[in-house]
Amino acid sequence: MEDKQRNEAYNKYVSAKIPKTKAWPSLFNSFWVGGLICVLGQGINDLLLLAFPNLSMQTAWALTLITLIFLASFLTGLGVYDQIGKFAGGGSIVPITGFSNSITSPSIEFKSEGIIYGICVKMFTIAGPVIVFGVASSMVVGFIYWIISLF
Amino acid sequence: MQKNQTFKLKRKPKIIGSYTIVGPKEGKGNFGPYFDYVMKNDYFGEKTFEKAERKMIESAVTGVIQNAKLQTKDIDMMIAGDLLNQIISSSYAARAFKFPFLGVYGACSTMAESYAVASVLVDGGYFDNVVCCTGSHFSTAERQYRFPLELGNQRPPTSQWTVTGAGASVISLSGDGPCISAVTFGKVVDYGVNDVNNMGAAMAPAARDTLLAHFLNTKTTPDDYDLIITGDLGKLGSEILIDLMEEDGITLGVNYGDCGQMYYKREQKTLCGASGAGCCATAFNSYIIKKIKEGQYKKVLFLPTGALLSSISTQQGDTIPCVCHAIVIEKE
Repeated sequence: MEDKQRNEAYNKYVSAKIPKTKAWPSLFNSFWVGGLICVLGQGINDLLLLAFPNLSMQTAWALTLITLIFLASFLTGLGVYDQIGKFAGGGSIVPITGFSNSITSPSIEFKSEGIIYGICVKMFTIAGPVIVFGVASSMVVGFIYWIISLF
Repeated sequence: MQKNQTFKLKRKPKIIGSYTIVGPKEGKGNFGPYFDYVMKNDYFGEKTFEKAERKMIESAVTGVIQNAKLQTKDIDMMIAGDLLNQIISSSYAARAFKFPFLGVYGACSTMAESYAVASVLVDGGYFDNVVCCTGSHFSTAERQYRFPLELGNQRPPTSQWTVTGAGASVISLSGDGPCISAVTFGKVVDYGVNDVNNMGAAMAPAARDTLLAHFLNTKTTPDDYDLIITGDLGKLGSEILIDLMEEDGITLGVNYGDCGQMYYKREQKTLCGASGAGCCATAFNSYIIKKIKEGQYKKVLFLPTGALLSSISTQQGDTIPCVCHAIVIEKE
């Protein structure tokens, strides 16, 4: 019982002493880098439509996403993306490029354990929860959509 | 107070050889000029980081035997540890040598633990020359405890940087070198901190516990030492330790320092400083040993702390138990 009080007091003392992340500078960096990635995506999309006027919008979007995913994966392999991430934080995690980075980085890391037990098993260690929640929530939304369409 | 926590070593075993090997980032740090060998890259000519860590420990053991002007056949025992699961780096490194091996694990306090065990064994007269070695590798530790290297995430301001490096010593009764005059074995202390990015705060109470026991059992005060040095409490952790000791009425003044805080330069952006088993092992076996030999420090209290957690205990929400062992090193 005494220990519990001691621990509570200590944790309170520690949390008061911890250096805090400066919110505004990191928000600013995430915002402009994240925005830049979005501008890049829009640029790729526009260029695609300009080069191939017959392309449907849906296909152009898909091709843009594929390009962004490839770029982020490539930069991860070159060891550049983690530097961007260190600087931009959420700005480079939230766009699809961050998702690509989170799959490529464990693949590189665990290459030493072999293709099956290394790359394939560990590939989704970070992105896995995102996929699970993505699929689960789309099922819920689909179910709601189906009920609404009955009436 | 525990009866048998502190031992005064009657025959004062000596540290007759020391050797350090570190990675390139460490070589650029504050202790850079004092290291024996700086690797060109973190792979050290191996295919994986784990193999590199193993090779580092092997090289440190080979190097320290030469430094002590001994031969492999003169060594009676090797006591070593590291941070990887099942301490594979040390055990695999020991495979290359033909002497008995004791694996120890005290997380970042492993160096002091191996000194403490070795000096008690040597003082008891059972072994003549014992090699102590401890190492850690940034990339293997990151992978085991945290995230892949290339993941674009940010480190919290309280986090520390695991040192890539290994340090080794030879403890013996014959030969020249600084001697170990007392050891205090630490108890496991847990103050309920569960933030793995704030090891300094988790470990500071363990350092306090051992310090108090040591001062009480040896009837000394901080002023009796030229240097009181903790392992890898880091910037925040060492500030907390000073505060905690203040509560107990003991002031840690200018003769107190922390290897983790002193390790890297500010522009190396390691936030709260260095950590890892290799941190105090390399800092002690390079800078501190040399300064003791030069006579700048005559009596040093070396007490690295270790956080005894695993990634599984963390995921299950457990708090972090910590330990701290202290040894006193004196100029002969």
